[in-house]
Order: sequence, then C-alpha cells, then structure tokens
Amino acid sequence: MSEPETHPSLPLAAIVAFAVMAILPPFLSDWITFLIALALAKGAVVLGVVLLLRGGLISFGHALYFAIGAYAVGFLTNRFGIGEALVGLPLATIISALVAAALGLLLMRFRGIYFAMLSLALSMILYTVLIKFYDFSGGTDGLSVRGFTLAGAAPAHPGLVQYYLVLVLTAAVVYVGARFLASPLGYLMQAVRYNEIRIEYLGASASHAILGSYVVSGAISGLGGALVAYLVGHVSPELAFWVSSGDFVFVAVLGGTGSVFAPLIGSIAFEFVKNYALKFSPNTWQLTLGVFLLVVIYFQPQGLWGLLTRLRARPR
Amino acid sequence: MNILPIILIDGITFASWLFLVSAGITFIFGVLRILNVAHGSLYAIGAYLGATFILQFAGREQHGWITLLLLLLAATVVGLTLGPLIERLFLRRVYGEDEVIGLLTTFALFLILEDVVRLIWGIEPYLVEGPFRLFGRVRVAGIAFAGYPFLLTIVAILAGLLLWFVIHHTSFGREVTCVINDREMAGALGINVPRIDLMAFALGTFLAALGGAFTAPMMSVEPGMGVSVIVLAFAVVGIGGLGSIGGAALGCIIVGIARASSVQLFPEIELFVIYALMVAVLLWRPQGLFGAIELRKI
Repeated sequence: MSEPETHPSLPLAAIVAFAVMAILPPFLSDWITFLIALALAKGAVVLGVVLLLRGGLISFGHALYFAIGAYAVGFLTNRFGIGEALVGLPLATIISALVAAALGLLLMRFRGIYFAMLSLALSMILYTVLIKFYDFSGGTDGLSVRGFTLAGAAPAHPGLVQYYLVLVLTAAVVYVGARFLASPLGYLMQAVRYNEIRIEYLGASASHAILGSYVVSGAISGLGGALVAYLVGHVSPELAFWVSSGDFVFVAVLGGTGSVFAPLIGSIAFEFVKNYALKFSPNTWQLTLGVFLLVVIYFQPQGLWGLLTRLRARPR
Repeated sequence: MNILPIILIDGITFASWLFLVSAGITFIFGVLRILNVAHGSLYAIGAYLGATFILQFAGREQHGWITLLLLLLAATVVGLTLGPLIERLFLRRVYGEDEVIGLLTTFALFLILEDVVRLIWGIEPYLVEGPFRLFGRVRVAGIAFAGYPFLLTIVAILAGLLLWFVIHHTSFGREVTCVINDREMAGALGINVPRIDLMAFALGTFLAALGGAFTAPMMSVEPGMGVSVIVLAFAVVGIGGLGSIGGAALGCIIVGIARASSVQLFPEIELFVIYALMVAVLLWRPQGLFGAIELRKI
C-alpha cells in the first residue's frame, strides 16, 4: 500500500487511455469487448475495496454491495418490467449508498481483522437471505435481467452500447474516487491507517472518515454490481458469497492501492488471466489464479500499479 | 412429540463438529496472527485421505474399529506433512505484514488446494459408511438417533482436552503461551519462535484434518466441501473471540443450539441465524465473547 501518486501527467494519461479504449471495440471480437466491459464494471467494485484499504480496513464482504446493486437491477427488470438503465443505475447506487450508511454506522467502530469478519458476516446474511427466500429472490436460480433499454430505446447492439455505458461510468467513478482521495476526508482516511489516536488529538474524527469512505465505497460498488447485472443478464446469490468478496480483495492487491486507476488495471488483468486459465486448463484455473496471487504478494506487493510506476521511474 | 431432546442432541453434535473445524483456526490465529482461509481445504483433504485409507485398507466391508484408527492416521499424516510444508513455504514469508496480506496468502492457498484436491481425487464423490454403520442407532428419550454423531462429540471433547493439556501442561504449551504474549521477547529469552510457529500450524492443520476425517463417514466426500465450512468456522471464532479456544467451544455450543432450534422451529432461517448471531455478538462485544482487547498504537 503506497502513497497517492500525484504526477502532473496522470490526468492526461488517463484521458488518452480512456480515449484508446473508446475506439477499440471495432478492432476487437465481441467476446473481448464484453470481457473488458465486465472487468471495468468489476473494477468499480474493486475501487470501493481500495478506498477502504487505504485506511487499512479490509472489507472481506464487499460482495454485499456488488450483490445489492445487481439485485436492485434484477428486481427492477424481472419483477417490475423496468429495463431502463437510467432508472436502474441511479437506483442501485442510491440503495447501496443507503445500506452502506446504515451498516457503516455499525462498522466504523471496528478495525483490523474484526472489521473484515463483521463485513464478511453481513455479506453472508444477504447470501443466506437470497438463497432461502425463493419467492422473493428466485433462490439459487437467481433472476434473469431482460429488456435492457437506454433512454427509452432498446439498442440494436446492446453489447456495444453497454460497453460505452460502462466506459463512461467507470471514468466517472474513477474521477469521483480521485476527487475523494484528494479531499480532506480522503487524506484523513490514510492517516487512519497510520495512527488513529493522533487524528483524534488533532481534532478530527477517525470514525467520520471511515463512515464517509464506506458510503462512497458502497455506492460505487453498488453501481459496479448494477452494471455487471446488465452485462451478464443474470443475477444469482453467488454474487454475495464470500469467495466473490475474496476475489475483490484479490484484485485490489493485484492492481495495487497506489492509484484510482490501479483497480481497473488489476481487474482487466484478473479477468483475462481467469478466462484464459479457464480456456486452456479448465481443471486447474483456480490453481493458476492462486499461484498468480502468491507471486504478486511475494514479489510485487505494490501490485501491477507499482510495477508500472517503477518502470516509468527507471530511465531517469 | 417433544422436540427439546432433538434440539439438544442435534445441537450438541453439530457443535462438536464445529469445534473440530474451528479450534484449529482460532489456535493458529492466536499464535501466528493469520486468519487461515485455507482451513476449509485442509478439512477437505483430511476427509479425502480418511476416505481413501478406509477404501484401501479396511476391505470391502469397511468394518471394525480399525476404520476409526485409519481416520485418526489420515488426520495425523495431513498434520505432519501438509502443515509444516505450508507454514515453511508460504506463511513464514508474511508474518508481521498487514493483515490483508495474511488473509490473501491463505486465500491463494485455498484456491490452489481446491484444485489440487480435484486433481488428486477427481470429482466423483467418495462414500465410506463403514464407521457410520458401526455405531447403529441409539435411543434417547424414546427417540432413535444415529449413533455415529455421538462419536464425533467424544472426538471433539478429546481434541479439546488434548489442546488444553498441550497448552497448559507441556513445555511446548508454555512456549506457545510466551510467543502469543510477546513474540519478540519470547525470541530474546531463547525460545525457538520459528519452531513454535511450525508446530502450532501443524497442530492446527491436524485438527482441521481430524474434523474432516471423522466427518467423512457421515456425508459424501466431494469437491467444494471445504468452501462453506470455512465461513461457519469464522462465525464461530468471531463469536467466541479470535485466539480463544474456550471461546470457540462456547461459540460452537451457542451456534449449534441456535441452528438446531431454527432447523426444528423455523427451517427457512437455518443459516441466517448463525450469521445474525455473529453480527449481534460482534456489535455487543467487538472482540468476541472471550477475545483479548487489543491495545491501539499511539
């Protein structure tokens, strides 16, 4: 976990990167386009995990917001027949933010491994509810998400439209994340990791910093979940299972916590490694991911972002 | 029909099973400060090896007391081989790092071991009912219960007593207590801390495998059996307090009785009850019922 990178060329590099991604789809297969969109949407969830990691808090239950966002969209399309993304996405974000505000009031007293365990328990409660209350959630079958529309129109190429939707929203989320980290609350959150008591002596409240970060984190993770629901066209309780939370923390460490872009880079790397591992060795894809994770932890603890910054620093 | 004896007996047998899987987690956390996500996989490996031993050596009938010895042997083999191996190769490098690193290292091990189990034993379920049949049925308060789960209770009590004896009445236990209290000071006083770490992890692994091996006769041993066990065990140690074995025992009994009650009274909320209890206990006492209060750094 490193300090924030405030390099002057960074916003420019980011604009170039997003512009390149905007002109990519015609050159890529539908499958790769889908994979990138999925990775970016999940990257938003990972950014939520990273915002908390910067304060030294491990949310081992962020699948909670991922699933809340996804199921908000699932209910809306499946139970109310509203496939409009301009309704579903804000609604999912707001519901996630409200849940995060309520649970954040409980979680802000916890630190370290206890924060991880309580968030795990909360996400498992949602998981058991989704599994057991069949009439309400579709049980283990989940819900299908049909009839995607954007601004009232059903697009001819939903995959492409969704790709651009995800791209624009991820850029927005990254911007919000960057602004948040540069805000007084964001800086306070970093200080929480180093020394909480000094923060309190300086007249600021560590609990408020944690609560604020948690709400922002929950909201953007919920948005990520809603996007994934539209992309995949199906939601199931597995989204809230603890292994799903573990994957998000995995990607957070893989990307690194040095920048708001790191989660996106980590998420794209993760989805590609996972899919190619599934393709080339269907029996050992988990093993491949596990070894990959161990290599990152032992040899590149700053994540892929750390690797990038080190490569850039070398010529000088 | 009176359901109280059913709730009590189901609750206690479930609690015994939970204790076998969670005692190792809480002990390992106490010594190494690592929440071992791979514990469920070690449990599954114990179950697989136990099943393999019985199928290989106990003959077609799978009969006789020898099967129980084979289960114990399987757990010992896992504890003595896999435990030290994992600790030396993977965990030793991350002691003293951020908690997220310990958690993720064992998460990586969990992913790896899940596939290793599949590669070695395949995806077909293994059935070893020999030991289960050995105990037949027992009548308690006019209701017939399977006899084997009572054996699980005995094994859990013996494992608890073993842990208690090892910690309080052996030199190893005294050294472990020193390491738990202050690793640096323990090392300065001449205790071989790396050796204690190794033995503690091996003991924890043995307990996980013991739980798995003795569960094998009650269910079909199949891939993914460790995945849901681990969160149940987390719930128990969260309730009892991380690092406290007495707390884990109490947590098991609370969770066992709560689950058995809900199975009998409100079956829909069976699993929900466990996590709701965990949340309630953590909110009331953030460090769990018996957890030590940690000092904040200044």
